[in-house]
Parts: sequence; C-alpha cells; structure tokens
Amino acid sequence: MIELVLDILSWVLLCTGGAFVLIGGIGALRLPGFYTRLHAASLTETMATILIFAGMILQAGLSLAAIKLFAIMVFLLLTAPTASYALANAALQSGLRPVAQREGEDA
Amino acid sequence: MSSSYSARPLQIAGLLLILLISWALWSGIYKPLLIGLGVFSCLLSIWVAMRTGFFLHAMPLRTFLRLPLMWWWLLGEVVKSSLEVARVILSPSLPIQPELVELTTTEETDSGKVILGNCITLSPGTVTIDVHENRLLVHCLTAQGAAGLRSRESERRVARLEIKR
Amino acid sequence: MYVVVSLAILVTMVLALVRALRGPSVYDRVLAVNMFGTKTALLLAVIAFLFERPDFLDLALAYALINLVGVLAVLEFIQSKPRKAEAADLD
Repeated sequence: MIELVLDILSWVLLCTGGAFVLIGGIGALRLPGFYTRLHAASLTETMATILIFAGMILQAGLSLAAIKLFAIMVFLLLTAPTASYALANAALQSGLRPVAQREGEDA
Repeated sequence: MSSSYSARPLQIAGLLLILLISWALWSGIYKPLLIGLGVFSCLLSIWVAMRTGFFLHAMPLRTFLRLPLMWWWLLGEVVKSSLEVARVILSPSLPIQPELVELTTTEETDSGKVILGNCITLSPGTVTIDVHENRLLVHCLTAQGAAGLRSRESERRVARLEIKR
Repeated sequence: MYVVVSLAILVTMVLALVRALRGPSVYDRVLAVNMFGTKTALLLAVIAFLFERPDFLDLALAYALINLVGVLAVLEFIQSKPRKAEAADLD
C-alpha cells in the first residue's frame, strides 16, 4: 500500500519535472532577449532538477543511490546560480544592456 | 579575524572528514592502493583549498546548522515563482515586463552576499547579474517578481542565518 | 515512466541546441550550451534508473562537474579576448 502511494507520488514528481524541463526549453526559444532567456534556463535548472531528483530519490528508497542522487542534486543547485551569475555578469561587462527600464524611470 | 584563524585546524579537519566520507561513499572498492589514492586526493584537495583562500570565507558551524530551515523556505519560493514563470512562458501573448531592481544589502560578509545572490538566482524569474560592494543588481522577468524582491523577505532570511548568538 | 521523462529532457536538449545555433549573441550560445550540459547530467541520472545501472550516477556527477568548469572556462576565454586584443594594439 505504502509502496503504491510512493510510486504514484514519484511518478507525479517525475512527470511534472519533465513538464517543467519542456516548458523551460520552449521558453529558451520563445523569449526575446538574452536576459529573459536566462530565466527560462533557470527554470529548468532549479525546479525541474528538484522535481526529477526528488522523484528518483523516492524510487531509490533508503540506499546508496539515494545519497548519491541527493549529492548530485545539491551540487547542481549550488553551481547553477554560480554559472548563470558568471554568464550574466560577463554579458553585462561586455556591454550587452538589459532591455528594461531602470527603476524609477517611466516606460 | 583572529578567532577564525585560531579555528583553522578544526576547519581543516572538518573538510577532510567530509571529503573522506564522500570519497568512501563514491568509491565502493576498498583495496589498499585505492584507499591510499583516495586519501592522497583528499589531502591534495585540502592543499588546493588552502592555497585558494577557502578557509578565509568559511562559515561558522551554526550557519550550516541553520541552512536546512532556509532551504525549506527557499523550496516554497522556488515552487511559487516557477509556476509564475511557467505561466508567463506558456501564455500566447508572452506577458513579460523585464525590470532591473537594485538592492542595497546590509550583509557584511562575502559568504552572506553570495548566499543572498544565489538565493535570488535560484528562484526562477529573478537573476542576480551584478554584485558590487553592497549593491545587488537583479533582473526580474515580471513586475510581480520585482515586487517580491522589494519586500526584502529573502534578505531577512539570509540575515537570520548569520545572527551571532 | 522514465522513458517519458528522458524523452522530455531530450526534446529540451534539441531546443537548447536550436537556440545555440540561432544565437544571436555569443552569450545566448553559452547559455544554451550550459543548459544542454545540465540537461545531460539530468538525463544521465534518469538513464541510470531507466536501464537500472547505478554506475551512471557517477557519470552524471562527473558531467555536472565538467560542465561547470567548461562554462566558466569558455566565459573566461570570451572575456579575456578583448583584453588580449587591446594588449596587441598597444604593442
């Protein structure tokens, strides 16, 4: 009984994770401008990663695989912001201006 | 500074312990040669960490102990903002209102600023694009995300991590 | 079940590749490649469960490590290029 509930829960997590990965991919194509695409990439890198790894941890149960999955998830979640910060900052330093009005200015 | 300097042997021992445990978990083969190589690579990592000034930015243990609570809160934020961003991406008219927000933070330590910037970047819809002195430049996808940033909730959460008690 | 998830990840990788090919700026391409790399790590972890071969988890971790270092190295290369050009002009 408990196994069935765990199975269903992990399937739901995996499927929503897959859906978020797809949405992020679509967003990376659809959104205009570099800085907005950054948000689509971060959608796949945080939400989808959490959901898919959570689903797989539920499937793995208490085992070495679960610990490894958790370690990979934490590593991905720690490095994803670093990489996107480095990327955004490099773009900013090279003079790629965000297409957004500054705070306080009228559109 | 002097207090953190005196704690260095303990920090090194802690890092070594973490490295050894993770190496042992990953290897799974326990022959003398492989264990020797593992210990050697752990010591090498410690040496590289010392050379790059890792221990100057090391956080006190109580900060680590408070991290899980903050992760739990962050998870809720990530879920909320992900749904928002997903709605924006999937709606046909693409209702984006990109906005730049400049946050002034009261965080003094480098690690505090890094944690704050990473928290902001982790929740989809807001990306930290520049950190200078105590100013963070944040790019927001929607006006709602910008409003969330201005409420300074994340900053309060990060500040709570570092309270010296 | 894992087949569905890995298909979704594969489709996203294709979309990221399309973005990498279309550009327009070099940073868009690096962003797409970074996305491709993290999706590869994710895909490897899912494949470990799909084919029930836990060794693939180690590959996923290794790929995540290499991806981070690779993206940072590429960014460093792009950023230092103008500086090198300036130095060349001064000579």
